[in-house]
Amino acid sequence: MSTRDLTIPVAAPATPWRQRLGTMVPILVLAPSLAASFIYVFVFTLWTLYLSLSNSSLMPTYGFVGLDNYASLWANRRWNIAYTNLFLFSGFYIVGSMAIGLLLAILIDQRVRGEAVWRTIFLYPLAVSFIVTGTVWSWLYNPVDGIQAFVRGLGWTDFSFALTANRNTAIYAVIITGIWQSSGFAMALFLAGLRSVDPDLIKAAQIDGASVSRTYRKVILPTIAPIFLAVAVIQIQFAIKTFDLVAALTRGGPGVSTTFPAIYVYDLMFQRGQIGEGAAAAMMMLAALAVVLVPYSLWIVWRRRTEGRNG
Amino acid sequence: MSALMIRDLHKSYGGLEILAGINLEARTGEFIALVGPSGCGKSTLLAMIAGLETVTSGEIWIGDRLVNSVQPKDRDIAMVFQSYALYPTMTVRQNITFGMESRGVPKAEQAEAVKRVAALLQIEQLLKRKPGQLSGGQRQRVAMGRALVRDPKLFLFDEPLSNLDAKLRVDMRTEIKKLHHRVGKTTVYVTHDQVEAMTLASRIAVMNQGSVQQFDTPKRIYDRPTNMFVAGFMGSPAMNFIPARLTGSTSISVRAADGSDAALALAAPLPAGAPKDVVLGVRPEHIYRFTTDLKSRKPAVESMQAPVELVEPTGAETLAVLRLGDLEITGRFEPDDAPVMGETITLGIDMSRACLFDPATKALL
Repeated sequence: MSTRDLTIPVAAPATPWRQRLGTMVPILVLAPSLAASFIYVFVFTLWTLYLSLSNSSLMPTYGFVGLDNYASLWANRRWNIAYTNLFLFSGFYIVGSMAIGLLLAILIDQRVRGEAVWRTIFLYPLAVSFIVTGTVWSWLYNPVDGIQAFVRGLGWTDFSFALTANRNTAIYAVIITGIWQSSGFAMALFLAGLRSVDPDLIKAAQIDGASVSRTYRKVILPTIAPIFLAVAVIQIQFAIKTFDLVAALTRGGPGVSTTFPAIYVYDLMFQRGQIGEGAAAAMMMLAALAVVLVPYSLWIVWRRRTEGRNG
Repeated sequence: MSALMIRDLHKSYGGLEILAGINLEARTGEFIALVGPSGCGKSTLLAMIAGLETVTSGEIWIGDRLVNSVQPKDRDIAMVFQSYALYPTMTVRQNITFGMESRGVPKAEQAEAVKRVAALLQIEQLLKRKPGQLSGGQRQRVAMGRALVRDPKLFLFDEPLSNLDAKLRVDMRTEIKKLHHRVGKTTVYVTHDQVEAMTLASRIAVMNQGSVQQFDTPKRIYDRPTNMFVAGFMGSPAMNFIPARLTGSTSISVRAADGSDAALALAAPLPAGAPKDVVLGVRPEHIYRFTTDLKSRKPAVESMQAPVELVEPTGAETLAVLRLGDLEITGRFEPDDAPVMGETITLGIDMSRACLFDPATKALL
């Protein structure tokens, strides 16, 4: 059978159209999305990079001005606040939501009664859009009809809770709201990780005489270390894109105290007609993201290579 | 003194009974195998001895201590798991010392213990590696090292060889046997592999559906299985079960391939009150090609005719499928003397090694 069957396709002058169509289908199906992601990611990134070096104002123009836009951007106090906020927010938001998410996951992992209910409750905030979260929490923070007014109504008349009214604390209001929104998401990922740990490992630790906390610290959590990294990376890109949460919660205020880079970019580009400087700010956001993601992807590549060597 | 004693142990989850009254005891230094098909409760029993499962009722004694409500870490046991359960983020050394560190053993003493165990298992060169960089056999050794370093009263093994390939399994089986010989610790070993149980254990507990069917030495279990389950489970190829009728106090008849009845004399008379219908159990290696010479060497051999349906040479021995009435039986022959397919041979059945069972109760008569 083999000799004949193998030689015929090679000798045949044309492959049948069905077969050709068969090989074409995957390419045809993937082509639009490949083209779209190439254009939207790479072409527009390069275009924005060029715009950031141009004298564009209301409309894109192509007079080359070098790094002028970056210089004026960094000379602006509001941008400095926005960039500082970005790091402050990212740090607290990621650490906070991971810590709370991990705690919730560990508590649920103790085989609590009604586990599915708890899981749904904690995961629910993620189903709510940032706009809704921001709006609802802005009411809660509002001194006139929020938590402060409620507690005062109960009788504690000098109770004070007005984070968003103070320019020094408003950023923490944003952080708390962000943590509330996404710790359930972190919990879901951690819980999946905890459940994937070989139950024999925990039994072995039990026989070895390790306490529950030691078992978690030394055996279970190190085993799910990759999940920590995955959660952190997902949260970081949430944090850097933060726009709608702040827009709905504080509108960048009081004053400019909760301005974020994304808000600032939007402002420069579409409100003030400074597309060149807006593009420069957008490039700085990309840089912030790259600081995190480039080492991460290098690490992934490195790990894959070392695993390939050992495997 | 017995190192392990189990009295009337029950375990149920809700209404489902997993273990129904287990009684076992292991003398100090003994190697006990718990063997049975999956779902027979053997792993649950081991987990209960380890303290990883609660006791519904009954008693577990380790040494002279009732341990029903003692924490696993305080039971003075060590366990080797089927998946090895090595801590993946720790080196081999850390894996071995983790338990001692949890119990606060001084560093110097830990180092000494690691050295002793590593030398015993020949894993000195692996101490700095992580489990992911080890082969299956090496992981197995490390898992045993982690158990050995405790110097416990009782070793528990939960199907430790079932993740290894066939050749390695045989090698490690030998090693476990040597190791037990050298260390001399009381061991409880769970397996579904009857060969492992036969080769390793000083006594075997054959389990089925949550109860111990027979608890005895490998030889007794093999030669005098207490019921048809034990007889069928232990031994490969399995024991042949042939329906037979009692025709006198010392003779039975079985249906031959041509529909006629063949009379076989029993080696010993049956006890009074035995049923008229019985099941004759014959192991494949107790079926021979009948010769007068054989009869003179083994007087209890009885003969009958049987056509050969199929021959399976395995190298060391040749298995032949023979027709008897409407059932097929397997015989084990020397390759040089093996029957050929289609031939009708005169069988010799060694009745002194045969077992008779009651078909109603499945028990040995």
